[in-house]
This record gives sequence, structure tokens and C-alpha cells, in this order.
Amino acid sequence: MTAVEEPVVEERPIGYGRLKRKEDPRFVRGKGHYVDDVQLPGMLHGAVLRSPLAHARIVSIDTSAAEAHPKVRAVITGEALAGLGLAWMPTLSMDTQAVLATDKVRFQGQEVAFVVADDHYAARDAIELIDVEYEPLPPVINARHALDADAPVIRDDQEGRTDNHVFDWEAGDKASTDAVFADADVVVAQDMLYPRVHPAPLETCGCVADMDPVDGKLTLWATTQAPHAHRTLYAMVAGLPEHKIRVISPDIGGGFGNKVGIYPGYVCAIVGSILTHKPVKWVEDRSENLMSTSFARDYHMHGEIAATREGRIRAVRVKVLADHGAFNATAQPTKYPAGFFHVFTGSYDIEAAHCAVTGVYTNKAPGGVAYACSFRVTEAVYLIERLVDCLADELHTDPAELRMKNLLRPEQFPYPSKTGWEYDSGDYPATLRKTLELAGYDALRREQAERRARGELMGIGLSFFTETVGAGPRKDMDILGLGMADGCELRVHPTGKAVVRLSVQTQGQGHETTFAQIVAEELGIPPEDIDVVHGDTDQTPFGLGTYGSRSTPVSGAAAAMVARKVRDKARIIAGAMLEVSTEDLEWEKGRWFVKGDPTASRTIQEIALAAHGSLELPDGVEGHLEATTVYNPPNLTFPYGAYLCVVDVDPGTGAVTVRRFVAVDDCGTRINPMIIEGQVHGGLADGVGMALTEIISFDEDGNCLSGSFMDYLVPTALEVPAWELDHTVTPSPHHPIGAKGVGESATVGSPPAIVNAVLDAIGVRHADMPLTPGRVWLAMHGGVEAPQ
Amino acid sequence: MQVPASFEYRRAQSVPDALALLERFGEDARVIAGGHSLLPMMKLRLARPEFLVDINDLHELDYLRQEGAELCIGALTRHRGLLESELVGRLFPIFHDAERVIADPPVRNRGTIGGSLCQADPAEDLSAVCTAVRAVAVVLGAGGRRSVPMADFYRGPYETDVGAGEMLGEIRVPILPDSGSAYQKVERKTGDWAIAACGAALSLADGRIASAGIGLAAVGVSAAGYRRAEQALVGREPSEEVFAEAGRLAAEDCEPVTDTRGTAAYKRHLAGELTERALRLAVERALRPAAAA
Repeated sequence: MTAVEEPVVEERPIGYGRLKRKEDPRFVRGKGHYVDDVQLPGMLHGAVLRSPLAHARIVSIDTSAAEAHPKVRAVITGEALAGLGLAWMPTLSMDTQAVLATDKVRFQGQEVAFVVADDHYAARDAIELIDVEYEPLPPVINARHALDADAPVIRDDQEGRTDNHVFDWEAGDKASTDAVFADADVVVAQDMLYPRVHPAPLETCGCVADMDPVDGKLTLWATTQAPHAHRTLYAMVAGLPEHKIRVISPDIGGGFGNKVGIYPGYVCAIVGSILTHKPVKWVEDRSENLMSTSFARDYHMHGEIAATREGRIRAVRVKVLADHGAFNATAQPTKYPAGFFHVFTGSYDIEAAHCAVTGVYTNKAPGGVAYACSFRVTEAVYLIERLVDCLADELHTDPAELRMKNLLRPEQFPYPSKTGWEYDSGDYPATLRKTLELAGYDALRREQAERRARGELMGIGLSFFTETVGAGPRKDMDILGLGMADGCELRVHPTGKAVVRLSVQTQGQGHETTFAQIVAEELGIPPEDIDVVHGDTDQTPFGLGTYGSRSTPVSGAAAAMVARKVRDKARIIAGAMLEVSTEDLEWEKGRWFVKGDPTASRTIQEIALAAHGSLELPDGVEGHLEATTVYNPPNLTFPYGAYLCVVDVDPGTGAVTVRRFVAVDDCGTRINPMIIEGQVHGGLADGVGMALTEIISFDEDGNCLSGSFMDYLVPTALEVPAWELDHTVTPSPHHPIGAKGVGESATVGSPPAIVNAVLDAIGVRHADMPLTPGRVWLAMHGGVEAPQ
Repeated sequence: MQVPASFEYRRAQSVPDALALLERFGEDARVIAGGHSLLPMMKLRLARPEFLVDINDLHELDYLRQEGAELCIGALTRHRGLLESELVGRLFPIFHDAERVIADPPVRNRGTIGGSLCQADPAEDLSAVCTAVRAVAVVLGAGGRRSVPMADFYRGPYETDVGAGEMLGEIRVPILPDSGSAYQKVERKTGDWAIAACGAALSLADGRIASAGIGLAAVGVSAAGYRRAEQALVGREPSEEVFAEAGRLAAEDCEPVTDTRGTAAYKRHLAGELTERALRLAVERALRPAAAA
């Protein structure tokens, strides 16, 4: 499908358009309601004692002094949980993870004990009174040595295990790829590390667990991006009946994948509430969030690209060593242990591709597939977009020209990729051209040459990314056996106002606005007349939640489909009201009218009242105006974009300034352009952070060196330029409204553009992120090493 | 939420009251002013003072004034006060250079010069500034006041000459004719501690450098300070060669360590580079005093 022009939209749209976010009045007035705002009568407070060591055997735990603290109500250890069968829990990757350590600690910051006390201060004081004797063990910190024959075995809890190997996984065709490489004119190889980073949401993780001792119902207010999945998992793991569990995800202060998994603290708070018969609140602090919750990336990649001398890309092959930490707790569809990394062929028309990924355990925090990465597409895009620049360097050709020469052409869509994807739609050359024009590419190159002559270092970097979002078709995709389809319910009240109930959970994406607009577009009633309900398993239909940019592709489709069901029912009712056949009715936004007689019509509001009134309905038609649906996506959606970054590098210090950033995104149909722009702004800032400052690093003993915002450096407004955004619109042909996900596009697409720009400025083929002044300076002087 | 261990708290009513409280609680007491260094350390439970003596009501320590040939800065002067002072900017632009890159506005609204100097973080900016401008610290105690040059005030990381029962009261900076000063810092992001930073202050006489002070942050301190670099400047006509020589000596004499901010080699390079840059700008300002700020 080719690009289409976006229609002009009005100020207060009934449907798509630049509508101010419905949720913002409460946020800007400080009236948001987050987990930590939950206050219940008699509520107690929990705190976690964490391991100071990366790898050690637990010799003994003495809790007597903590128990003697006058404000302490319970002290829970791994041993106590073992008695309940809860010392270990399953991860989202079919592994197990310690809730509280029983035998060993396996990363610094691991949960060892949980204290429940009258207040937060007492809980914190009491964890210091617990005396744990550790026998230190040598840790495995560098993933490159995790599979050494003499490496200590981290997961000796698993019967018969003799190494730190997690999985091997392949995609593409090895033989045909190797054959292309064997007769290629040019082969460029590059090692690159996508370092461990952290989503670092402003709101840390936490919960309030309230087990009613009388009716046995557990209510859990939790920072979760997937309330329904969590409820089902608690039912499966803890043996609690599912109908006796209510998970409420109130306002969430950012997730980015950090709030997909279930953390030991949640389980401990639930157990604390069961033991004390009181509600228990547990909210982790900043250091706990950075040191123990789901990280992202940590992919050691060896990429190779084969091409003709003329710059025609022929094949790509990759070997990856994936550091999964102490427990394999990555969140991704079951069949894909490396997520969607096999979209690494990017946006290019190539002959063959192959990747082999090996996952290993190390003595670091578990998690993975977090930080707005669309299930490892971030790593894949970084790899291919760096490799293309390496090839341009090798061939002494312009990176924009090289990309243009190799991009998929519009007529190739739907495009079956060499690693098994079917890209839905795109006009890639048009988008790249738009970016180059907006940036003034030729003028920038001229300016760069002039500056170079004066000894100034200016760099221009490009990336062209194809995203893979909206997991996903039930036949291919599940998490722990739960298919990745999402439900939606829509009820139109007698007065024509409506409520739509979603399975997905906003963490800042603006669902209350976007989903109201989707329904508004389909029914022709104003978005402000539509209440969006989400985040409460007792109030919403089942679905797998929000991550991997799946809300609009999956749940957004469900909302459109359920609105169309209501519209179809409204047609029948309108026919009864107008005493005409439904065949004779035509739809116009907001009303059904008689073909040829537009004055004979009934609005949705009139129809709603009639549906609840005494109108005689046709046989088999029930009263009221409502519908439910479950949407099973036929394919993923493939948003894409072309990004260009301009940087200046201080030759004397290596300090990088991002001067300009041009981002042209194509996410198909645009529901609320303002929200899209906000998401892109955020993702681009993420990209600046990852490219220039962010890393979770460790010393050789496994001490986490990035446990605060003084050490883990997220960018601020002062580190980023004024973004220059534009878009093209190529609707998805298989999505009911042609929309694709966009929440992660900028996070995925921006890091390689920035890195490419810095390397272009300093004339170096590759240096690993984060490109801090010191690392840039070392790269300029030939001495850079991969960060640890 | 990170919360501190329990502690006693007293809000001092006057300087004598503060000194009496500090005297009474001795080694276990800490003065708290802006609290932007101490409180985070207490929340992380890295610092566990038993008594906090809050001096935020001692407005008599919050002033900026010229007394003869000295700029006098009360210890309770906020970063923001220094940054907004026309007097400070005119006499010592180095303070404005540094204040612009110290943390962020919320920190600068509360944090004080006295707190910064007494915290004595090895990457702290104002210690380097005060070293460069040859400031003298006035330490108050039961026995009266004593003056301590910056070279003696800073005893090492997180250690100063201020003893139990004492507090910093004032910083006095000598004003020299035909002088210029500047501060240069490289950080990983806005508000970060320095990877390395250099403050330089000098005065000119008859086209030559009459006096020079250099202070560096985050690159360690050798016993001799940066005397060799300073001596290489005095008596010379300012020139790129002279700045480069001073930079080379400062780089040689610093003692950086490798950490997450950078390698020792990089920091040593920065010490030289930033010394050169600070000297260049300081001289430029000395020659054009009207455009100093």
C-alpha cells in the first residue's frame, strides 16, 4: 500500500485528530492516583532485605532481633516461603526465580527476607536487624566467560545442571546465507555490544495486597502493565482461585516494560497480608528499582554484512551472546526466546540472512526485554543500522545513498522477509526522502566539510528502522500459554453516552483519550462522551496488557471492531425506528439515514434511547446497545521511520552535543497526532540517553555501579534538541483502522542515528554505547573497550 | 522511598546557640543547611549522624559584601544567591561559571557554599573555585574565629579542618586589580558531578601575569597542589604556549583514578585541556574587565 495524505482535522474532533488528553487535567493538578497513594485502614508496610553480594551461599539467617522490634508484625524468609511452596516462582520464560533466597544469592540486590511493620521507617530499620551469614562464591559477571569450562555454576538449584547455558536459538537459512557470504565482493564484520540499560520509570514498582480473611478475596493494587495476565499467573502459582483475585492497576507512572513481570516483592506483600490479616503496602525505592527489576538489552553481537562492490546489500548474519542474568525472566512470546530479534534484516531487500542467539546466566539481575524495545527489535535495528554504516565506511559511499539503494520498494509489500516475517505495508524511499529534505541533507554535508576544514567535529547520522509490533496472532504467540488476543466491551447508555472497557493498561500512553477517539470515529459521538475503563480485572475483559507497542494494533483493533458491532446493531434498531429495511440505510458519522432521503435519519443517541425503551424490536434482536469482542490479530504491524541526527563533538574533551534530530515516522493511520508526537518525543529522549549516557554497569565482583540517578544518567530537556518531526501515512492493510503501533518506534530507531552521527564526526568505524565524553575521547585516540 | 535511620534534630536560634549545640553533641553531630548532600547520604544510610543542627534560621550567615579589598561570603549563602549576585559576577566570574553547572535549580535554591565546602566531595566545584581564588575560610568555634586558607581547609575527600564543635562561618576572597577568573567543567550530563573541572584565577601587571591560582575538581589532589603550574605562569606574558605549559604541569600533578566517569588517562588529559581553557578565558576577562560577567 502506498502513502496517503492525512486529512485535515478539526480542533475538537469527533474521532481522530489533535484532541487534548482526557487524563491530563488530573495529572497536571496532582490528582493522579498511583499505587503509593492507596491508603487502607490498618495498612502495614513491607521492606525487602537484599543481598549485598553477587554470588554467595546462605549459611544462616537470624531474624530474632528484627522480630523483637516493637513495630514489626512479621518477618518472612525463603525458608518460611518454602513451607508454603512459594520460595520459587515461574518466570515469563518458563524458568524459575527465587522469591526469597533459600540456598544461594545469585545477584547483588536479590531478595533475601521481607519485613512487615507498622510503618515504612520501622520496616526499613528492622531489615538492618536481620543477620545473614554468607559464604561468598566467585561470581560470573562477564557474559563472554559464562560458558567457560571452569565458570561457577549459577543455577545449581536445577538438577543435573553443569553450566550457565540458557538456550540456543536460530532464525533464517544458514546454508544459503553462508553461500552468499562465500561469494560476496565485500564482507564487513563488526562486534558490538548493546549494553545493559534500565527502563527507570519515574514511579518505581510496588503494590498494596489486601487479603480479606473472611471472604478469601485478594485485592492487589499493583504497578502492572498487564493486570489480567498477572491475575491468572497468581492463580496458577499461588493456587488462589482466579475469581477470588482482583488486580487493580491504578495510574501508572511509566512502565516501558519494567512493569510486565511479577516481582518477588508483590508475592511477599501478598504473603504478608495473608499472615497478618492486614493490607500490606510494598513500594521499592529508586536503588531497588535500578538494581533488581527488569533490565533491558545486554546483547553481545557479532554482525556481518555482505555486499557487492557497487553497494548492493546481499546478506546479513549475526551471532549473539545474550546476558540473561541470574534467572531467565525475560518477557516475550513463548516461541521466541530472543524476542523478535530476527527482524534484524531491517528495511532492506536482501538475498539471505541468518542469526544464532545463545542465552547465558550471569550473576546479575534478571529480566530483559524491557525499555520500550518491542521484544528485542531495538537490538536488531541497532545492529543492522550500524552494519550499514560500517559498510558505507568500507565502500567510501554516502550512508543515505547506500540506504536508498537497498530499501525495500513499495511494490514489494506485503514483503516476506528472509527470517520469516511478513511486512504489511510501507513506502520506505518516500519516507527517507522526506527526512533528507526536511534536514537539508546536502547542505548539512557541505557545512560538515567546511567545519572539518576548521578543525571542528560535526557528525550526521541516519537510521532507517522497521518495527515489528502488535503481538500477536494466537497461533504463534502466547505468554506462558496465554494467547495474545485482547477483549473489548462497549456499552452505549440510554442517553447516548458510552463506556468502553479495555484489557490493556496505560502507563502514560493516553489510552483514555485514544480509545475514546477510536470509538468516537466509529460511532460518531464525541470522545468526551465516552468513558474508558481499564486497569481493573473485575471491570474489564481479559487480555494480555500493554507492552511491545501492542495497545493500538491489538486492543485498538478490538475497540474498533466492538464499535462496529454496536453500529451494526444500531442499524437494525434504526431500521425499526424508521420502518425501513436495514438495506435501505446508509451510515454517516453519528447517524443512520435512509438512502436518497438524508432527512430521514436516527442518531446514535436517539437509537440508544430507543434500544433501552419500548420500541418493538425485530425478532431475535435483544434490547440495549452494547457488544463484546475478542480481537486475534492476523499479523503484526510494521511501523517504520527514517531518522537523522546532527551532533557536534568537542575535539578537546569528547563531549557530544545533539544539535538536531529529524524524525519522520510512519505508523499508518494516526488516531491522535498529538499523542503520537508525545510518544515520539519521549522515545527520542530515551535514545539520547541510551546512546550517550545510560548503562547499568558492574565491577568485577558483581557490584552494581548504577544504583541511583547520580550514576544511571537519564537525559533531561537540557540534553536533547528541539525535535523536528514529520510523518508519512501508509495504513496497515490488515488492521481494522489501518493503524500500527508507535509507542516504541523512537526508542528503537533513534540510538543508531545518534551513534552513527558521533562516529561520523570523529571518523571512527565503531565504538560501543554509551558515548560518554570519556568513551568518545578514547575512541578518537584508538583505545576504546566495550563497557562492562 | 529511601528513609534515614532515626536521629535527633535541633534548629539553632543563633550562631552561639549552634556552636553550643555542636559543642554539646560533639563528633555525633552534623550541621545541616541546604541538605542536598547530607540528606541523600542519610537516606542511603551511608551517613548516620545522631544529631542534626539545623542552621537555616541563621540569616546572619547569609550575605555577600565587599569589605575593602575582600569579597566576604556568608557560609549560609545559597548557590542561587551567588549566581544572581552582580557583585560576585563582576569581581569573580569564576563563581558564576561554576554555579551555572552545579546540579540544577532546585539544588541551587537550597544548597549553600558552606555546605559544599564542608562536604568536601572530591568532585565538588566550589572547593576548586575557592582554591583558585585563594579564598580563606573563617571557622567559628567556642574559642572564637580562626582563618584557614583553602589549601589547609581541605584535608582530603569528605574531610576538612572544621573540628567537632566548630562550624564554617564565612569565606573571604582577596580582590586583586586587573584580575580575571574562569571555571571549565566536563560532565556526562547536566547536573552531574564533574568528570574533571578546572578553576583558574589570575591578575595582570604590566602585561604579565602577576599572580595565578589553579584549582581542579574530581582529579585528586597532590600534596603540592598545582603550584608548579601556577609558578609557570607568574611573571610570564600570557600566551598559548604559557597556557599549554601550565596545562601540561597541571595534568602531570593531578592524581585521577579510573571510574565510571572515565579512565585516569582521560581525566589527566582533561585536567590539562581544561586548565588551558580556563586560563585563556581568565586572561581574556582580565584584559576586558567591562565584559567580565
